[in-house]
Amino acid sequence: MRVVMRKLGLGLLLVLTAGHSFAQTATVSQADRLLKLEQQVADAKGSADNAWMLMCAALVLLMTGPGLALFYGGLVRKKNVLSTMMQSFAMMAIVTALWAMVGYSLAFAPGNGFIGGLQHAFLRGVGAQPDPDYAATIPQQTFMIYQLMFAIITPALISGAFAERMKFSAMALFMALWSLMVYAPMAHMVWGKGGILNASLGGRFPTLDFAGGTVVHITSGVSALVCAQYLGRRLGYPKEMMPPHSVVLSFIGACLLWVGWFGFNAGSALSSGSLATSAFVATHFAAAAAAIGWAASEWIRNGKPTVLGSISGAVAGLVAITPASGFVGPMPALLIGLVAGGFCYFMVASVKALFGYDDSLDAFGVHGAGGTIGALLTGVFASKIINPIFHDAQGNALSLGIMDGNFHQLLNQLVGVVIAWVLAIVGTLLILKFVDTVIGLRVPAEHEVQGLDFTQHGEEGYYLEASAL
Amino acid sequence: MTKLEAVIQPAKLDAVKDALLEIGVEGMTVLEVRGHGRQKGHTEFYRGREYSVDLLPKVKIEIVLSDELVDKAVHAILEQARTGKIGDGKIFLSRVDEAIRIRNDERGVAAL
Repeated sequence: MRVVMRKLGLGLLLVLTAGHSFAQTATVSQADRLLKLEQQVADAKGSADNAWMLMCAALVLLMTGPGLALFYGGLVRKKNVLSTMMQSFAMMAIVTALWAMVGYSLAFAPGNGFIGGLQHAFLRGVGAQPDPDYAATIPQQTFMIYQLMFAIITPALISGAFAERMKFSAMALFMALWSLMVYAPMAHMVWGKGGILNASLGGRFPTLDFAGGTVVHITSGVSALVCAQYLGRRLGYPKEMMPPHSVVLSFIGACLLWVGWFGFNAGSALSSGSLATSAFVATHFAAAAAAIGWAASEWIRNGKPTVLGSISGAVAGLVAITPASGFVGPMPALLIGLVAGGFCYFMVASVKALFGYDDSLDAFGVHGAGGTIGALLTGVFASKIINPIFHDAQGNALSLGIMDGNFHQLLNQLVGVVIAWVLAIVGTLLILKFVDTVIGLRVPAEHEVQGLDFTQHGEEGYYLEASAL
Repeated sequence: MTKLEAVIQPAKLDAVKDALLEIGVEGMTVLEVRGHGRQKGHTEFYRGREYSVDLLPKVKIEIVLSDELVDKAVHAILEQARTGKIGDGKIFLSRVDEAIRIRNDERGVAAL
């Protein structure tokens, strides 16, 4: 109501001032006034979009800290809670600094098909002026800070695979290199100007990835699997019991992830219009359906629906809907979520045990598997009615996914998925090899037994000595 | 003097405590412990993986009693802590040579 009143008031003011100036200076032409009005309308839209995008940037940061930090922190043993949370938090610091220097430029400055140039190094030329290729209504600086939040959470997701056994120094170096050598090129290929997978700027293999199914989840999830394999299992795994030390913390973290994901997906509309609404709705529906999918699978198999399973399912659904969120309606979203919930449960509960790798917190089982199935299903369910991203020379909307009648798109999705997998595997292996040679990856066995909180950081998560009571 | 140690189900603590105060027990020490007897443990599932938990949470009450209170105390615990199912716990009795009150060096039953 107040908004309506204010709009009315603004309109009245506009009419009054327009009439006033007309009476005073008859020389001001109709055209000038129209031009001014158009500018004001554009400014108003720009302000609305900017407000929304800044909010979304904050929401995406909330996903890493505290969201992911709590989610992962609760899943490890008590002696490793701080070191696990620190792995997420360190990304908020390290990736930010790198992003300012070269990361943003490598991802989003014009370059070749695989990586951006250095035009925006040290954020040169990234200011109040929008970059119309990416988002025409918001300052490029807003776009830059929004994209930074994605660059932060992606490596943080990997940390679930090597939790409880990697040196902090090795982790920091690995993540810094990974951010520049795997994340930046992948982001450039899918979202950057001239990227070979870019769907909206005419890439060679236009891959539909609205909010980062390939860029964020496949790269991080597959890299996680490589890390888990390369580092080897935790001491005592799988014989020793390593149950989560606090499902309560994980629960809070997962719910924060769910909320933050609205910024992640709906914000990827890069404006505050109806596309953002559509992505918001799809995101929510997929999360709900996946929570049901995972919990129901467990219920059937083990006789009980667990809390950890339900929240893990929700996260899997959020992962799977990420590439599809801006291209599908609510019903396909429900379906994608349901499939992802069941599939990721199967990956985590059966496939992991079958192969015996120690992906400690299931970064691959949730993000790698969920991201892959989501990226492929996007090629099935993407609809031009939701988002007319492809058009012919005359500007007519072309069909997107299989349900739309475009069978070719699944192939493009597959190309995107394969490139993401290959880049993640090769890049991660090379970086691990390098870091292993320079500083070594794993903590000594006795430190692992003692816990990383004390041996890496000199602290304890829960200080329960009598003297502290 | 006799020391009574009772391991009971945590849920029964309040009832047992009240019953002990009722018969004139002056003080007690209560510990949160973990353990199992014949009951063994149970299984939990985390992300599809089965974990067997064989040490279950229990409460242990320690009281040192003057000898005439022992039977009453045992009775009170049996009455309050028994469900008839496996896992109800156990009571242990042992002799105590001396009790000393730190505040004023009182000795024996007077220190209880």
